[in-house]
Amino acid sequence: MGAPLNEKLQDVFSEPGCDKNQGKSDKERKKGCTKQLSPGAAAGGCAFDGAKIALQPIVDVAHLVHGPIACEGNSWDNRHALSSGATTYRTGFTTDISELDVIYGGEKRLYKAIKEIIDKYDPPAVFVYQTCVTALIGDDIEVVCKAAAKKFGKPVIPVNSPGFAGVKNLGNKLGGEALLDYVIGTAEPEYTTPYDINIIGEYNLSGELWQVKPLLDAMGVRVLACISGDARYQEVAYSHRAKAAMMVCSKAMINISRKMEERYGIPFFEGSFYGIGDVSDSLREIARLLVQQGAPDDIIARTEALIAAEEARAWARLEPYKARLKGKRVLLITGGVKSWSVVAALQEVGIEIVGTSVKKSTKEDKEKIKEIMGDEAHMIDDMPPREMYKMLKEARADIMLSGGRSQFVALKAKMPWLDINQERHHAFAGYEGMVKLVQELDKTLYNPVWDQVRLPAPWDVAAA
Amino acid sequence: MATVKTQFKAAAVNPLKMSQPLGAAYAFMGMHRCMPVMHGSQGCTSFGLVLLVRHFREAIPLQTTAMNEATTVMGGFDNIEKAILNIRERAKPDLIAICSTGLTETKGDDVDGYLQLVRQRHPEVADTALVYVSTPDYVGAFQDGWAKAVSAFIKALVSPVAERTPGQINILPGCHLTPADIEELREIVLSFGLTPLFLPDLSRSLDGHMSDAFSPTTMGGTTLAEVREMGASVASIAIGEQMRPCAELLRERAGIPYTLFDRLTGLEANDRLLAHLSALSGVSVPQKWRRQRSQLQDAMLDAHFFFSGKRVALGAEPDLLWALASMLSEMGCEIASAVTTTHSPLLERMPSAEVLIGDLEDLEKSAAGCDLLVTHSHGRQAAERLHISHYRAGLPMFDRLGAGHKLMVGYRGTREVIFEVGNMFLADLHHHHGTPQSWPLPEATLKAVADAGVKGNPSATAAATLSLQ
Repeated sequence: MGAPLNEKLQDVFSEPGCDKNQGKSDKERKKGCTKQLSPGAAAGGCAFDGAKIALQPIVDVAHLVHGPIACEGNSWDNRHALSSGATTYRTGFTTDISELDVIYGGEKRLYKAIKEIIDKYDPPAVFVYQTCVTALIGDDIEVVCKAAAKKFGKPVIPVNSPGFAGVKNLGNKLGGEALLDYVIGTAEPEYTTPYDINIIGEYNLSGELWQVKPLLDAMGVRVLACISGDARYQEVAYSHRAKAAMMVCSKAMINISRKMEERYGIPFFEGSFYGIGDVSDSLREIARLLVQQGAPDDIIARTEALIAAEEARAWARLEPYKARLKGKRVLLITGGVKSWSVVAALQEVGIEIVGTSVKKSTKEDKEKIKEIMGDEAHMIDDMPPREMYKMLKEARADIMLSGGRSQFVALKAKMPWLDINQERHHAFAGYEGMVKLVQELDKTLYNPVWDQVRLPAPWDVAAA
Repeated sequence: MATVKTQFKAAAVNPLKMSQPLGAAYAFMGMHRCMPVMHGSQGCTSFGLVLLVRHFREAIPLQTTAMNEATTVMGGFDNIEKAILNIRERAKPDLIAICSTGLTETKGDDVDGYLQLVRQRHPEVADTALVYVSTPDYVGAFQDGWAKAVSAFIKALVSPVAERTPGQINILPGCHLTPADIEELREIVLSFGLTPLFLPDLSRSLDGHMSDAFSPTTMGGTTLAEVREMGASVASIAIGEQMRPCAELLRERAGIPYTLFDRLTGLEANDRLLAHLSALSGVSVPQKWRRQRSQLQDAMLDAHFFFSGKRVALGAEPDLLWALASMLSEMGCEIASAVTTTHSPLLERMPSAEVLIGDLEDLEKSAAGCDLLVTHSHGRQAAERLHISHYRAGLPMFDRLGAGHKLMVGYRGTREVIFEVGNMFLADLHHHHGTPQSWPLPEATLKAVADAGVKGNPSATAAATLSLQ
């Protein structure tokens, strides 16, 4: 079962599904896939954060963080992954270890914590997250989980992804490894159909899965498991019976996708639910893969009919915005798949992209950008906030789209900003989401507040 | 530009409006050592008193001439005379302020004449100022009564003065300003080295403080001496369109120029106020306000995400409606519905398609599909039925604490309103997030898919039917 962390890391680093890894020599690969962080000039989440993000959307599970209060206390319930049922995942559980635990070890406290949670909340499973301090003092969460699972007759899953192991993206993968090692393949679905798929790397942020699911329903496709948005423990456990899989969020969960292909013969493709063209492509690919796996081929006709009807509807809904948004210049600071899928989406309504960040993008992502934006593509590898501010202040862009952390760069320059990352409140997936994104852009760009906040104070005008 | 419509219904349902005499009595509350009196039946006073008590959670001095059927028919002189003598005897106020009501106006009591007669018959009353204002219940609304009362004080007490007092300015706040608003304004004006005279001044009477002594009259508020001084001021500032007649009256009687600010909620509105005070005083805008201005800008930026595109239904008296509607639309809200109580030149300028002079039933009807209801506490039932949040604004506010301390003017007050309203939008965001049923496909799409062939494929048909339901 669980391999020591070092082995796990090597395993993840040599992930054959990742083109970056494949371009490296054996020695380079050993060093790890992420650039060494430079102290004093780093930003972003740790591996624990990444693992938690990846798994927390499993809604009926109790997610117990074994560590000092910072890890869970400072971060719990901070995202908008939605649930259609259980809310256990939004309850913050942590062992909140004390100084004495650090000295004597926290394993007993962890064991008791698992017992208390099972007694009080009776979740179908408990996920136990390792953190830096408890890893450092040598608490063996695998052993504790094993003992607890045996004693309480319930799955207790160790997630060995302490913060100091690396960055967030690595943590996403380590979270995936926990599912592969302990969850996937441990249960059987009541029945299967030729139309069963897994969606991997979709977290149902603000309900985005639900913007897409009606499309799949109409095609006759069943989502056997979503890993991990609005997921139940059971569906992840029997997800190995799917016929095909779609990997949504770039490379964050590539290890799950590839290993499920290797172990259970489930083919997968990488797709996106952002932007009209990309949604259609993804639906087509799902249908194609299912037919390839033996499903009757009339699903192709249904899919095409659905795409035709929904694309037409989306375009009709976007029409009123085209004139208002044409020529508006957008600075896009995001990562991975969004660096191109959102570009395509915005260009569809006549918006000009003055720059897109490619810091977290893969080689393929970059090629995609070139394909969409042409050679002129202004790819920004690493733009310091000062430069973003300057660009906005000098009005070389009309709006910035980014994650929450850089919002104030735009706002302090009195420039419009729209949240397209995890903390956002709006759902932007599917045809519905694209219409929503454009509506939000329009609302933000044309909000009269900009005229207000840019008004110079009368006394400054008089002085000038 | 809005179209102004008047609702001609036989029955007003769930009234938004309150009456003129209450507005006048409310203005009386801002006078020092005053006994406000309603010339009418006991009920007129009692209802008004209870309403103000519930709003402020304070003892409210308000007397009545206790008219009955016989005295009404025969004329209210005796009651006015007795009321004045009794109040003077028991409460020893500096000022007895009287407003009429529907009852005594219908009868046609000549209260001005009565007061002259009282003075003739009772020379001892010379130590008490008497001010009367005619405020029939069946004309206008609360804010009209307030303005008429202020005009009555000016007429009765202000006379031209040969020598101006440098740096002294009159401030005429509308009834939509709270005690906290007036306090804030005082601080702003003082910071320019100017001496403000407020008429009336609720910030010293109804600011909810502990006092050492009990008094049957109002305590705090504008003194008679201050009102008389107003004739010597160098300028007047009126806040709210309702106060224009009062400011004009001061100009006519004492030659004092005035500037009217139609609102003080919003960034630009306060820019103008500070620039004006700076010009009046020759003092540059203090650092404190510059800092608050930049804090307000930041608050607007942080908050605008949640205001953007929100549909708001507003019910308030014209000046408050104008202040809130303008600020909300500057933040990106759509004023989907605006209902008010009385006429005002501001109504046509309102940032909504239409302004209706109507009631809360009209507001409730037109608020369907809105994200927020803004009106006084009586809107709470409508908000419940509509399942939307309710931002309480105006008077009465009886189901929340701190009505008198609600700050809505200045950069700071604007910031507070923005945060309060923004928090409601934020809270709703969490209550109304998406569900699996939030984004259904239209029937046309489902039909197109079904028509595209379902041969030998029961599960697809089942799924398509399922999502149709």
